Amino acid sequence: MTAALPVLIVLTSLVPACVTFFLAQDSHRLRNGLNLSGAVLKLALIVWMLFAVAGGASYEATLPLAPGLVILLRVDALALLFISLSAALWFATTIYAIAYFGKKAELSRFFGFFSLCVAATTGLALSGSLISFFIFFELLTLSTWPLVAHKQDKPSLAAARAYLAYALPGSAALLWAIIWLESATGPVLFTDPPDLSVLEPGALRAIFALFIIGVGVKAALVPLHGWLPAAMAAPAPVSALLHAVAVVKAGAFGVVRVIYDVFGAGNVVALGVGWPLAVLASVTILWGSLRALQQDEIKKRLAYSTVSQVSYIILGAALASPLAMIGGLVHLIHQGLMKITLFFCAGIYDERAGVKKITGLNGMGRRLPWTSVCFSLGAMGMIGLPPMAGFVSKFYLGLGGLQAGAPWVLGVLAASTLLNAAYFLPLLYRLWVLPAPEDAKGDERAPGLVVPAVVTAAASLGVGLLAASPISPLSWATLIVTREYGP
Amino acid sequence: MTLTYYALTGAVLVGLGAYGLLAVPHLIRRIIAFNLMGSGLFLFFGAAGARGGVPDAIPQALIITGIVVALSASALAVGLVVALARRSGKAFLPDDYPADDEDRAP
Amino acid sequence: MSALVAVLTLPLVAALGVFVVPARLRVPMALASAAMITGAALALCVTVARGGPVMLMAGGWAPPIGIALRADGLAAALIIMTALVMGAVTCAAWFEASPARAGPRMAFGFWPLMLLLWGALNAVYLSRDLFNLYVGLELISLAAVALAALSGTAQAFAAALRYMIFALAGSLLYLAGVVLAYAAHGTLDIGLLTARTPAQGDALALGLMTAGLLAKTALFPFHVWLPPAHASAPAPASALLSALVPKASFLILMRLWFEAMPDLATPAALLALAVPGAAAVLWGGVLALVQKRLKLIIAYSTVAQLGYMFLVFPLAGGGGAAQPWAAGAWTGAVFHALSHGLAKAAMFLAAGIYIAAVGSDRLGDLRGLARALPMTGFAFALAAITLMGLPPSGGFTAKYLLMTSAFAAGQWPWALLLAGGGLLAAGYFYRPMVALFARDARVPLLRSIPRAWQSVPLVLAVLSIMLGLLSATPFDLLQVGRPPPASEGL
Repeated sequence: MTAALPVLIVLTSLVPACVTFFLAQDSHRLRNGLNLSGAVLKLALIVWMLFAVAGGASYEATLPLAPGLVILLRVDALALLFISLSAALWFATTIYAIAYFGKKAELSRFFGFFSLCVAATTGLALSGSLISFFIFFELLTLSTWPLVAHKQDKPSLAAARAYLAYALPGSAALLWAIIWLESATGPVLFTDPPDLSVLEPGALRAIFALFIIGVGVKAALVPLHGWLPAAMAAPAPVSALLHAVAVVKAGAFGVVRVIYDVFGAGNVVALGVGWPLAVLASVTILWGSLRALQQDEIKKRLAYSTVSQVSYIILGAALASPLAMIGGLVHLIHQGLMKITLFFCAGIYDERAGVKKITGLNGMGRRLPWTSVCFSLGAMGMIGLPPMAGFVSKFYLGLGGLQAGAPWVLGVLAASTLLNAAYFLPLLYRLWVLPAPEDAKGDERAPGLVVPAVVTAAASLGVGLLAASPISPLSWATLIVTREYGP
Repeated sequence: MTLTYYALTGAVLVGLGAYGLLAVPHLIRRIIAFNLMGSGLFLFFGAAGARGGVPDAIPQALIITGIVVALSASALAVGLVVALARRSGKAFLPDDYPADDEDRAP
Repeated sequence: MSALVAVLTLPLVAALGVFVVPARLRVPMALASAAMITGAALALCVTVARGGPVMLMAGGWAPPIGIALRADGLAAALIIMTALVMGAVTCAAWFEASPARAGPRMAFGFWPLMLLLWGALNAVYLSRDLFNLYVGLELISLAAVALAALSGTAQAFAAALRYMIFALAGSLLYLAGVVLAYAAHGTLDIGLLTARTPAQGDALALGLMTAGLLAKTALFPFHVWLPPAHASAPAPASALLSALVPKASFLILMRLWFEAMPDLATPAALLALAVPGAAAVLWGGVLALVQKRLKLIIAYSTVAQLGYMFLVFPLAGGGGAAQPWAAGAWTGAVFHALSHGLAKAAMFLAAGIYIAAVGSDRLGDLRGLARALPMTGFAFALAAITLMGLPPSGGFTAKYLLMTSAFAAGQWPWALLLAGGGLLAAGYFYRPMVALFARDARVPLLRSIPRAWQSVPLVLAVLSIMLGLLSATPFDLLQVGRPPPASEGL
């Protein structure tokens, strides 16, 4: 059983993926049932596993391919954190996507790759060794490409091409780094960090840089972020998945793994590579916010906001102090909940009211109240108003910066909060204060779209309000840091 | 001593054939050049195989096999040249394959 | 033992058989014999995997008088890969090569030539005698040249003749090397040559044989014949030519350098083998980027992919010192040969389906075809993933093994080449993929393509992915009877 469970969790999305590809275009009921039951089953398995792991159980499954090339699925606390997020949000996104697409064309292809993408994310979360992390990382690249290109119009195809043009060299760099490292230390398992003393510090710095380039492309670290704003050409459920669960999160998760499980926080500090990364993350945070300010398309503004917000996670990991790490890890969850809410809402505005531009939001608060409340909650969370989720993350990051002896982090956080407010508050002002134009249309008669948004918005409020409770993401992140990376 | 003559003649034939294969564009002449080279090699093989003056059956068996192989290769080559000449009217290779001018794939 | 004899003789008997039986029995007979040979190949694989290498002395005569045949893991792996490709090609040709559609030349000529090629390939995989290998090589070349000419156009004949000139020149060079080796040692058996007392002419003999084999493997700069020959042949024939034929001459190179004369492998000589390989990866990739026809893209990709295999030579070391990473490089090169064979055959068979469907393989005419023929589009995409070396596929396992040994050997520039070649492959397969998956108006198909035909390339492509997912079994098979220099370094 201990070997079967991680495999089963991957299979709950892999099997629906493989079956969905071969379903006829018009067998909507079968396809939706398959995807939903996969999502529910996976959620159930993960909840069961959460309790088992809290009680001390451990799960591990291996598939040897060649010497040194082993697919290893292993459950640890960090994996559980990420996998719970992805499973919960996958479930919400599946409901949303079913309502969003209705009976449009090419749905078997869409849901096939959609499930494959989640299978890859799950595998990546559960990977217990560097090389299996890489294998699922690549599978993720391949399965998201058709999703980005799904509409097959010019902007989507350009976005898909840009995505590959960034992602493939990125994974080449990642593979390079992995093989360079493993050629000296042997296969790297996340359970026992490799002995790095066999390599020169210069080589280690180069390997670290390659790792960061490899995973940084997915995490949209400036200057490797160019693909992400372009990818907002994809349908709303894809953007939600891309920005909150799968791709950028995989990159951020990869940074955490590299710093804490491959190099080890101590080595990162000793090599002096933590500071440059923290600075790069700070630059990304500010740059993304500045760019977001200039966008007048809602989805594009949200996309630049993702560029900025994901780097909080990287900043927390790079500072390598326990409190900063808690802040970064908890933001992995918080940002996912808030950003998926925002993208759900952006999709609803587009789908139900035909609004793509910021100017179209005038007076929408009365026309689409539920959506607008959710949007506002997400936006306020992103700004970091207490007691919202974003505040918790920023609070811990700030303390972590002080703990790491980097008080300038406070300045970055303050500046970014101001910028966040600058690009979100005008939207709220338009939603709730400005009058609607005469010819405004739009309604919310689409429970499949609105309910997921309400649920994720409530969750993002809840994780902030109940941060002190023992089952909150914050407590889980604290547990991870104290139990696995503690002194 | 005779063996050396055989070997030298073989070497000369190989050289002539190699020159023909490289320098002559007409396809039939190229095939003849190839046969010349083959014969030179077999001659050399016969000479080289007679190690220490003791007759050796193996090279002779191999040479016969090789001649059969060369014969069938020549037959196929001649057949192809004839077919090419029927279709294009020339027994030369076009200098470059007109890769992108061809609209219909075969 | 009997399986070994069967994989050698069955194809040759069947080749004669389809030649003489009435026309309506030709295809059933070809299908039946393909099934039987594949069965024999499987049996041989199981025997080798369980009981170690199988040896056979023809007529009971031991070398140097007789000829030895030996099925080690390497031979068994190539035999089973060949059987899978041949089986798939037989099924595809069954749909494609009917007299009404493909003309009498294809309908009549394809089957005996295919079976002859099969027998000759198996003979080369199993032979332990340099002259026997020569005969096998010549048989392969004759069958391959004839297959390249099967479409019967002037271009096809010209391409086949150009191929033939390279093949014949290569054979003569190889034969010259064989003659020198016999003159020096009085034997042509690979096992006996390993134990020979080195003579002065050995380097020349090995050099001549190698040069001849390079021309046959179409290694840069001897690649000019390959793209026109592979692109102008009928698709099932292209699949055979690209997926299998170059592997035979490469296998002989491996036998020569790792088994017959490993003592001659100086670092300089090994580097001289790998540099053209690197040039092939880059040059083939660049040329594939600019082609406008699908089959030419696939053919230039073959030029590039063949280059990777030659990286085994420098990565396996040289200079006689113990080099533990050589095993990874050797296995990686063979893995590459296997996965390339499966994926490339899948690609050409997919191209054949497209040509049957729209009568052309220009990229512009293929737009939107993935919607009409989804299984074929899926097969093409999977095969492209293998050839790009992305996980989880056989191509990735090969790349991983080669890259690991490049780093272990301290020769990281080769790893750079592997990474760069993968990106080039992504570049040149991107254009056909975008064309196939475009959202253009549905192209009216010239004929409907049965699902069974569509599934043939898909099966091959899935196999090339499975080779990566389940690589432990083929990995172990390859280690059976592996020559010592392949595990300790040249």
